[in-house]
Amino acid sequence: MEESELGRKRKLEKVTVKFAGDSGDGIQLIGSQFTVSTAIYGNDFAIFPEFPAEIRAPAGTTYGVSAFQIQFGAIDIMTPGDEPDALVAFNPAALKVNLNLIKPGALVILNIDEFDEINFKKAEWNSIIKGEENLDEILSKYEVIKVQMNKLVIDALKDVNLPHKEKLRSRNFFALGLVCWIFMRPLEPILKFIKENFGKKPEIAKANELALKAGYNYGETLEIKHKFVKIEIPKYKFEPGKYRYVSGNEAFALGILAIKEKAKIPVVFASYPITPASDILHYLESYRNFGIIALQMEDEISAVNTAIGASFAGALGITATSGPGLSLKSEGINLAVMTELPLIVIDNQRSGPSTGMPTKTEQTDLLFALFGRHGESPLIVIAPISAGDCFYSIIEAAKLSIKYMTPVIILSELYIAMGSEPWKIPDINKIPDIEVKFWKDGSKFYPYSRDENTLARPWAKPGTPGLEHRIGGLEKSHIYGRVSYDPQNHDFMVKLRAEKIRRVQTDIPDVEVYGEEDAELLVLGWGSTFGHIRAVVERAREKGWPVAHAHLKYINPLPKNLPDILKKFKRVLIPELNLGQLLLLIRGKFLVDAVGFNKVTGTPFKESELMMAVEKELMNMEKEGKLSKPIHIQEGRFEEKEKGGAVKHATA
Amino acid sequence: MQQLEEKNISQVVINYTPKDFDSGEEPRWCPGCGDYAILNAVRSAFAELSKELGIPKEKFVIVSGIGCSSRFPYYMNTYGMHGIHGRAPAIATGVKVANPDLSVWVVTGDGDGLAIGGNHLIHAMRRNIDIKILLFDNRIYGLTKGQYSPTSVMGQITKSSPYGVIERPVDPVMLALSQGTTFIARAIDRDIKRLTEIIIEAGKHKGTAFIQIYQNCVVFNDKAFDDFAGKEVRSERVIELKHGKPLLFGKNLDKGIIIENGRPKVVKIGENGITEDKITVYDETDFYLNFVIATMHYPDFPEPIGIIRRVKVPTFEELLYNQIEHAKKLKGEGNLQKLIDKNSWEILPS
Ligand SMILES: Cc1ncc(C[n+]2csc(CCOP(=O)(O)OP(=O)(O)O)c2C)c(N)n1
Ligand code: SF4
Ligand SMILES: [Mg+2]
Repeated sequence: MEESELGRKRKLEKVTVKFAGDSGDGIQLIGSQFTVSTAIYGNDFAIFPEFPAEIRAPAGTTYGVSAFQIQFGAIDIMTPGDEPDALVAFNPAALKVNLNLIKPGALVILNIDEFDEINFKKAEWNSIIKGEENLDEILSKYEVIKVQMNKLVIDALKDVNLPHKEKLRSRNFFALGLVCWIFMRPLEPILKFIKENFGKKPEIAKANELALKAGYNYGETLEIKHKFVKIEIPKYKFEPGKYRYVSGNEAFALGILAIKEKAKIPVVFASYPITPASDILHYLESYRNFGIIALQMEDEISAVNTAIGASFAGALGITATSGPGLSLKSEGINLAVMTELPLIVIDNQRSGPSTGMPTKTEQTDLLFALFGRHGESPLIVIAPISAGDCFYSIIEAAKLSIKYMTPVIILSELYIAMGSEPWKIPDINKIPDIEVKFWKDGSKFYPYSRDENTLARPWAKPGTPGLEHRIGGLEKSHIYGRVSYDPQNHDFMVKLRAEKIRRVQTDIPDVEVYGEEDAELLVLGWGSTFGHIRAVVERAREKGWPVAHAHLKYINPLPKNLPDILKKFKRVLIPELNLGQLLLLIRGKFLVDAVGFNKVTGTPFKESELMMAVEKELMNMEKEGKLSKPIHIQEGRFEEKEKGGAVKHATA
Repeated sequence: MQQLEEKNISQVVINYTPKDFDSGEEPRWCPGCGDYAILNAVRSAFAELSKELGIPKEKFVIVSGIGCSSRFPYYMNTYGMHGIHGRAPAIATGVKVANPDLSVWVVTGDGDGLAIGGNHLIHAMRRNIDIKILLFDNRIYGLTKGQYSPTSVMGQITKSSPYGVIERPVDPVMLALSQGTTFIARAIDRDIKRLTEIIIEAGKHKGTAFIQIYQNCVVFNDKAFDDFAGKEVRSERVIELKHGKPLLFGKNLDKGIIIENGRPKVVKIGENGITEDKITVYDETDFYLNFVIATMHYPDFPEPIGIIRRVKVPTFEELLYNQIEHAKKLKGEGNLQKLIDKNSWEILPS
């Protein structure tokens, strides 16, 4: 990070800020408002909201902490940042859980009014309660601003007609105002938001507005009294155009509306609430005026079967879920494989197995999506690489699902489902139509006849005269579609269904390599890790290391050129938030020398740990004589780093 | 325009016979299975329904689960989906919401609909989605060769209950009542005439229609219903419910039901001062009466057959489509570009 004094400002290229407090403190609200203000100010950014697992965890406890992290900057920002440069902690619990995560020297803003004995107890901060340590010692390595937020908010709201307790609820806006001052964010978009969202409760709107301004003005006090400086982050050079901020779930919902418009057929979305997929249902239910049919069913099994029934009737059936729900949908998905009907299943992966950690991210359903059904059950699997990409992925899924008459699983992740990013708004007019061909001709109709190119069977919807036919889960004879136990026919049909999915390859783009193809180490990722891996490979390449990046969005079938790409590299490093699922697939399918870098902490990769993995692998290659040029990475530095980390933890 | 013409043409030529609903596929049920009778009844009922309501053949859709009974769609010359075990009501819900213009039927068994698929059945009933559910109740798992089912009776010996069933059976009609099902009936496979009439009435109903059909499985639970459904004893042991008519039964219609202290009681006309006008008149819309009558079972009472409940309530798909229209009026027809552009900001070329 480059720093230079410029009058009373510090100038930084990028910065990571984290807000943390009780789930009742309104952390997500101010996080998203800070993001909007940042977007309007003109920085690139990436965010990561963290929710406590319990909706109403007892106040003040460490497991009730809700947080929101944002990295923003003048450069291309691909991740929400590893270690925050600034932390706003609303209570001791919020400070305690984040202490080990923030940068040494970081700016720590505390609502000091909440740092009392009761709250230290709730946070189970025993060393402080017993007097073995005190707050100042603990925070000696940081730049600390203790703010009497409770008092200052009550003072600022003295003319507001609300009970004391209600007034205190505006503390989040006070903190937001202060952080906006520090990072020079405009208040206008937030004031507009307050007006639009609290307009019906004028006293609350007034309280929030006053608190926001009071926080901002408090910055000036800091400046005058404590010579505290503002921090300027120059604007990012965005490609000109219209932008908004979108989460993966909202992008899915918008994409589903686009499908309805482009395919010109009814769309039936049937789902059962589950974190982190429920929001798609919420959005679509609220879009009733778009003519979308969104249904909350009695369980995931019903949801997938309702979607299948809708597709049979000539609509496009879509369902969305997360791990446990995908388990329940397996049998239904197989019915769609066998009846060869269009169906889209969104799986927002979360930490498993079983209920696991529902509010944490993971990439652990890859093999499940591919193979988690009985029998030979091929289908298309697409893994969006960012929140905005969810929009395009689902449109692509609809196109392929209808063209090939097959279910598609979209393997998304909590991280992009809930996280938002600036998104260049698409021009809906420019999105091509999705071709739908219903069979009409009764004289030449056989339910399991095949399109010569795609091998798709005809889609004949009920209501069409002369096409009355029966389909189902029993094996059917080729062309005629009658129930068949003929061994040769089954062998043929199993292979035909596999071949159909293989042919989807002609419709998906080749995988692209970032960095020269004569680089020696290929980092191969899939899904949500795109931003993290690209950021690290960019940095590695700046150092002159022979590293390249390729990212898979199409998991099944895999892109046609993938085997050739893999052969060009001496080694393939596959970082995944699982224990090596893509790794197993790539090694098994292509017999290449691939190694994994894996973690399952429920959190996304950190750039630093990915960088270390790349360095380590390059060193291994160098030792094995697999690099054509020496790269001069110092031996033993990892051990040092790890030791340094340990020391830091001990003192913090 | 063209579609409209097509519709008119097909409406004009509707004059199907039951044979027109024969798919030509040879049924694979055991000889003597009650499913054959039900198949014939449904074919006759569909021919009648298409005449009466002007439904062309291509608008019938039959969805089933898994079981002997669930093979049904293959034998009907309509659109059909042989689904997976227990899920037919969910599949049928998808068909109906996607195209409310279709006449959607579900064929399920006592295992399919009440064990593995019990949840979907309950929720379809309470939503009042316009699907007609025919539950073939043979009190046994036929296809898997003779295990007990949720309607098997206490003590029933089956392959999976060699010492007798120790679970109390579910009463499908009671279950339907508890969900506010808007059309509930009970029928017997071998009484084809009455069965056909009831299926026609179900076809005309708007909303979820549920028919429990006592179906004889000759192989694994033969004569399960003979005690009251046998031809010789039926008139004495079965009571035909008729809306607006007194609850009379018996060969000479000399017995009846009265409600005493909220409970049903069998009485004989001419005995203890009972005259025909004392007999309770059946009202298919009176929930409490429906409930009391549904508690009656042979041998304590005659087994009630016929339409147990029928009321008019808005259907799920009506409410759904009305809500869509309402939302359009309220917010205006959705404009995707406008929705996406909301909360956007513009970066101008520098
Ligand atoms: C998920 C699943 N579990 C179990 C089965 C095996 N199975 C097929 S039919 C059936 C029971 C059918 O009984 P019922 O619904 O009463 O139909 P019937 O054969 O008596 O008409 C079972 C257990 C299956 N096909 N799928
Ligand atoms: S096993 Fe029973 S229910 Fe199944 S076909 Fe044979 S007789 Fe009918
Ligand atoms: Mg049965």
